[in-house]
Amino acid sequence: MSLRPATAASKADVVLPPPTERYPLLGWVWKHLFTPWHNALLTVLALGLLYLLAVPFAQWALTQARWEVVVVNLRLLLIGQYPLEQVWRLWLSVHVLAFVAGLTIGSTVRAGLWRAVPILAAPWALALVADFDLATRAHLGALPVVGLVAFVLGRLGHVYVRRHVIGLWVIYFPLFILLVRGLTAEEGWLPVVPTNVWGGLVLTFVLTVAGIIFSFPIGVLLALGRRSNLPLVRWASVVYIELVRGVPLVTILFMAQIMLPLFLPSNVTIDRVLRAVVGIVLFTAAYQAENVRGGLQAISRGQYEAAYALGLNSLQTNLFIILPQALRNVIPVLVGQFIALYKDTSLVAIVGLLDLLGIAKSVLAQPAYIGTQREVYLFISAIYWLFSYVMSYLSQRLEKALGVGER
Amino acid sequence: MSDSPIIVCRDVHKWYGHFHALRGINMEVQKGEVVVIFGPSGSGKSTFIRTINRLEEHQRGQIIVDGIELTRDIRNIEAIRREVGMVFQQFNLFPHLTVLQNITLAPIQVRKWPKEKAEALAMQLLDRVGIPEQAHKYPGQLSGGQQQRVAIARALAMQPKIMLFDEPTSALDPEMIKEVLDVMVELARSGMTMLVVTHEMGFARAVADRMYFFDKGQIVESGTPDEIFNNPKEDRTKLFLSQILSH
Repeated sequence: MSLRPATAASKADVVLPPPTERYPLLGWVWKHLFTPWHNALLTVLALGLLYLLAVPFAQWALTQARWEVVVVNLRLLLIGQYPLEQVWRLWLSVHVLAFVAGLTIGSTVRAGLWRAVPILAAPWALALVADFDLATRAHLGALPVVGLVAFVLGRLGHVYVRRHVIGLWVIYFPLFILLVRGLTAEEGWLPVVPTNVWGGLVLTFVLTVAGIIFSFPIGVLLALGRRSNLPLVRWASVVYIELVRGVPLVTILFMAQIMLPLFLPSNVTIDRVLRAVVGIVLFTAAYQAENVRGGLQAISRGQYEAAYALGLNSLQTNLFIILPQALRNVIPVLVGQFIALYKDTSLVAIVGLLDLLGIAKSVLAQPAYIGTQREVYLFISAIYWLFSYVMSYLSQRLEKALGVGER
Repeated sequence: MSDSPIIVCRDVHKWYGHFHALRGINMEVQKGEVVVIFGPSGSGKSTFIRTINRLEEHQRGQIIVDGIELTRDIRNIEAIRREVGMVFQQFNLFPHLTVLQNITLAPIQVRKWPKEKAEALAMQLLDRVGIPEQAHKYPGQLSGGQQQRVAIARALAMQPKIMLFDEPTSALDPEMIKEVLDVMVELARSGMTMLVVTHEMGFARAVADRMYFFDKGQIVESGTPDEIFNNPKEDRTKLFLSQILSH
């Protein structure tokens, strides 16, 4: 700290920035990449390595790769063997999603809206470039319109919409399941589509969202149970958490698919997708319990004491004081676990469900597409990455939104 | 107004493992009395004040608050906590809630008041502690003295019959102590029953009805401020007072 009074600085004292900072880009490159000399060496080496990797990849991707395997099988990869005449139900659910997302963004987001432009442009670009039938193109073309209309509605009624949009998100997944699964027998308006034809990205989506929705509350309850004063509750939680964390997810999925039916009476059958969901939920809940417990332990005793001293009971204390703080502190870990869950749903391919990975494997089994592993796996990797990134991005937004008022 | 004391403690004992923290505390507090408890650190004064709303459990003896005896029964404990407000050394405000939400949470959730009523009382209390303009800030944006005043308002929002203060100014910078003590003096003069653990002897002299000197888990001496300051009987009291008043 300088002891010189601030008034002593006159115009003569104004110091020009050092030369490197007067030319921002060049200066930055020079400062970070080329000084001292061994950084320059590393920069050159890294560029060389990048060149060696990128050029052959680009050559392969642009000239040799047989991308038609992805194009031809795109419908399979995205929706599996979902009956064609019922596909409108999937489209409807996507439109509803775009509508709810549009309402949400319109009523809450004020800055940085340019980031939505590529998302809006993507369906149109896809409709123009790819070789889809007319109906698909119409749906793709309508998606951004639906999103924009919802955005405008959200902005116009933002006070009202902001308060109720959470409710829409809450009912979205049940609505989605209702649309995908159907309601009535064969001939009705929404005939049931059995889960054995669910597949591709739709199945991955179902497994992921159901896994997240159900594992989270169970994980919170287990975390609270492990810290409970009641010995029975505490020990039950500890035993459950440690037992499940000691077993690989694949084992749990195998148990659910193959062993469970052995113990059930022969006339009782549980849906295969449901069994996979239960396995994923039970597995993830044990991990989330420990993540939440980490957050709970960071809350000082004084918070409990202040709440109890005001007359709050332990349910109210946890609900209003402890959990909001504890969960906010562990958002990055919680979302990390959900991203892991999303990617781990690919393990259901091993027990014979045709999720994104399972469908990819069956596509590769067709004689016409032998030797196209690289293309297919790259494509599904890109899909996995895309949604993982979306989750990660949303969690950062959430952290910022909830971080208001932090010291 | 009944003549029976609002707090009765008979032979209260507490152990932490083998450490005998409270060794037979007897105390009666009348409605509207202001009691100051002081003594060296580790003397059990904080532990004692925390047994009165059962943040600490006593293991022997009897504590009766407002006619209800403190036992294991959680309903009794919650009933007493509704009538006893507490202010902590470390403020313990809820950092994720605004000042207004900190104050209205308990009236809304515990007393089941409508939000408007709770907020009206909260604004009245913030006015009383001198910071109505801070209602919509978060605790982290306030100074220590302001936070402690919010904590006092939060406790008062439950309209308690008794207020407990556990070293309310010990964590504050010197220039903020006065603003908190001013609020406490005003509260004492308004007729609130108060138990205050503090070393602020100016405060004790101004408003205390009785003072208790704690050492090694026991009450060494008690009396009016006049008796304690001008005519202490026990050597330990004299020594302690000389230590804290010598500068």
